[in-house]
Amino acid sequence: MIVAKRKPFEEIKGLIKGYNKVLNVGCGTCVAVCLAGGEKEVAVLNAELDMARKLEESPIEVGALTVERQCDREYLEPLDAIVNDYEAILSMACGAGIQFVAERFPQTPVFPAVDTTFIGVNQGVGWYEERCRSCSSCVLGMTGGICPVTMCAKGLYNGPCGGTNKGNCEISKDQPCAWYLIYERLEKQGRLDSIMAFTPASKWENQVPRTVIQPGYEKSKADATP
Amino acid sequence: MRLEYPKNIKIIRVPCTGKVDVMHLLRSIQKGADGVYVVGCLEGNCHYNEGNLRARERVNHVRSLLEEVGLEGDRVRMYNLSSGEGPTFAAYAREMTENILALGPNPLKKWVTRP
Amino acid sequence: MKSGSNLEAILEAGHFAFTGELGPPRGTNGEEVKKKASYLKGMVDSVNITDNQTSVVRMSSWAACIILIQEGLEPNFQMVCRDRNRLAMQSDILGAYTHGVRNMLCLSGDHQKFGDHPDAMGVFDIDSMQLINMVKQMRDEGKFLGGADIEDPPKIFIGAASNPFAEPYEWRVHRLAKKINAGTDFIQTQCVYNMDRFREFMKRVVDMGLHEKCYILAGVTPMKSLGMARYIASQVPGMDVPDSLIDRLKGAGKGKVAEEGIKFALEQIEEFKEMEGVAGVHLMAIEWEHRVPEIAERAGVLPRPKP
Repeated sequence: MIVAKRKPFEEIKGLIKGYNKVLNVGCGTCVAVCLAGGEKEVAVLNAELDMARKLEESPIEVGALTVERQCDREYLEPLDAIVNDYEAILSMACGAGIQFVAERFPQTPVFPAVDTTFIGVNQGVGWYEERCRSCSSCVLGMTGGICPVTMCAKGLYNGPCGGTNKGNCEISKDQPCAWYLIYERLEKQGRLDSIMAFTPASKWENQVPRTVIQPGYEKSKADATP
Repeated sequence: MRLEYPKNIKIIRVPCTGKVDVMHLLRSIQKGADGVYVVGCLEGNCHYNEGNLRARERVNHVRSLLEEVGLEGDRVRMYNLSSGEGPTFAAYAREMTENILALGPNPLKKWVTRP
Repeated sequence: MKSGSNLEAILEAGHFAFTGELGPPRGTNGEEVKKKASYLKGMVDSVNITDNQTSVVRMSSWAACIILIQEGLEPNFQMVCRDRNRLAMQSDILGAYTHGVRNMLCLSGDHQKFGDHPDAMGVFDIDSMQLINMVKQMRDEGKFLGGADIEDPPKIFIGAASNPFAEPYEWRVHRLAKKINAGTDFIQTQCVYNMDRFREFMKRVVDMGLHEKCYILAGVTPMKSLGMARYIASQVPGMDVPDSLIDRLKGAGKGKVAEEGIKFALEQIEEFKEMEGVAGVHLMAIEWEHRVPEIAERAGVLPRPKP
């Protein structure tokens, strides 16, 4: 899932300073699962904003609406009817959802209430760890299911570097060396040959905005393009 | 035991402090309560293993949220005792009341409209 | 000869190579580079010029390399993958070569977190292995990484690092083989302190015949003090300082630790001269350049041969 963390309260308050009627839109998918921007987090933020603005003698009306997914047009429809009742929108979705809302309502200022952080896994309630940088050219087959681009602090394709520190990365004793783990796993699987060969330079396909059109669905984009 | 404790405390019963949500605590202050405290079982004695520990984490979280907002975090506290400790319950009630008296009334009270 | 550098000629002639190291200043004082270079002149076959070592900004490696050339020394241009993408790397290589640089040491680079700009974006567009291969492609095929032809390609003697002391130990020799296959002509190892482990490593290197495909220079850094030894032992990732060495330095007594550190380094150099597969020594006398003449003299590596 996409993992986000809420922005510091002061920053959010600053973003919507001067607006007196703001709609806070939550997202019911990734950011709800990672406890950053679902229905409950919308309620908490709104309560905070309400109290803080009252203490400043400049009360604000904050609406709440959590949609299933902000990155999907059909779920944004319910916003159409109410958006004009508000001066601005706060979105607690990931950066993709925030942009999709902003794109739909170009007249309305849209502000982020979370910092989108990574694609990661759920290690425990409220505890998430990064696992993927969406580089567009997955090498997990070669590296025993451990991503060197994400998990190696230098993103090495031909690791490990000389900084391996008792099995940990040179950046921290709490960060395992990805290439140490890759070596161990491949050795146990008898597959060390898969990292014996030289891996050439990455094509870095993530340097431009990417579009994916799944095979058999070419028509939808063709229809939408004037 | 007919122990005396301050009359201004409104008790809300929950099956376990693990049931107490951040929003319950936050909403109380938002709606004008001067303080809220959660009384849970002794740590290590939770019937559901971790209910009271989770409650403490939430209480601490709410305390920091209040500080962010500009209110005193100490308006929200967590206490632990066993069900047989009536005098301790009364003592904590007095302690919390004194704490709130020292902090003064919730400044949000004036915004609360009663039906 | 691949590059025609002095270092390559020395190694090809079968001489025991002796290389030094110089860290550029944190400012614009070229005289400082010249002063450090003066201690090394005639003492070593080539001088590594570090590239923002420990992720701290310093005068660019290639610029300091040019000063060395002007002073009559041969530089070994260190390049890390942390600070440049493939475009900048290739253009720096062209520029450095044009100014007379003939040796390069291709490194990953310490993580930026350690340095004076911990918030910097680490580039790592390509890794050290890919850098080695890129320099080889530029030299042998006369092509940029992107495939276009290079007019008058740079002829670089390609160096790389190897750390026999970082886990996983068993993999280190394979990674060395990988670097050799990628195009490495010579290796300068991490500072050796644990001689047992290094002997073991070299035995595997020789068993695999890697020493016949590439020149291996053993890294030596004399311990200046007990504090330095303890710091390296506990704080520098990937370093292996045996307790026996710490005890030996401790036993030397007040005021004699530095001399004991030099003695240990000299013993190491003596052993490396005889060790199968070792083609030379890379002396990293960190901020101790002025002691290099004495160390070289006592190590019996002077005068340096003229190939």
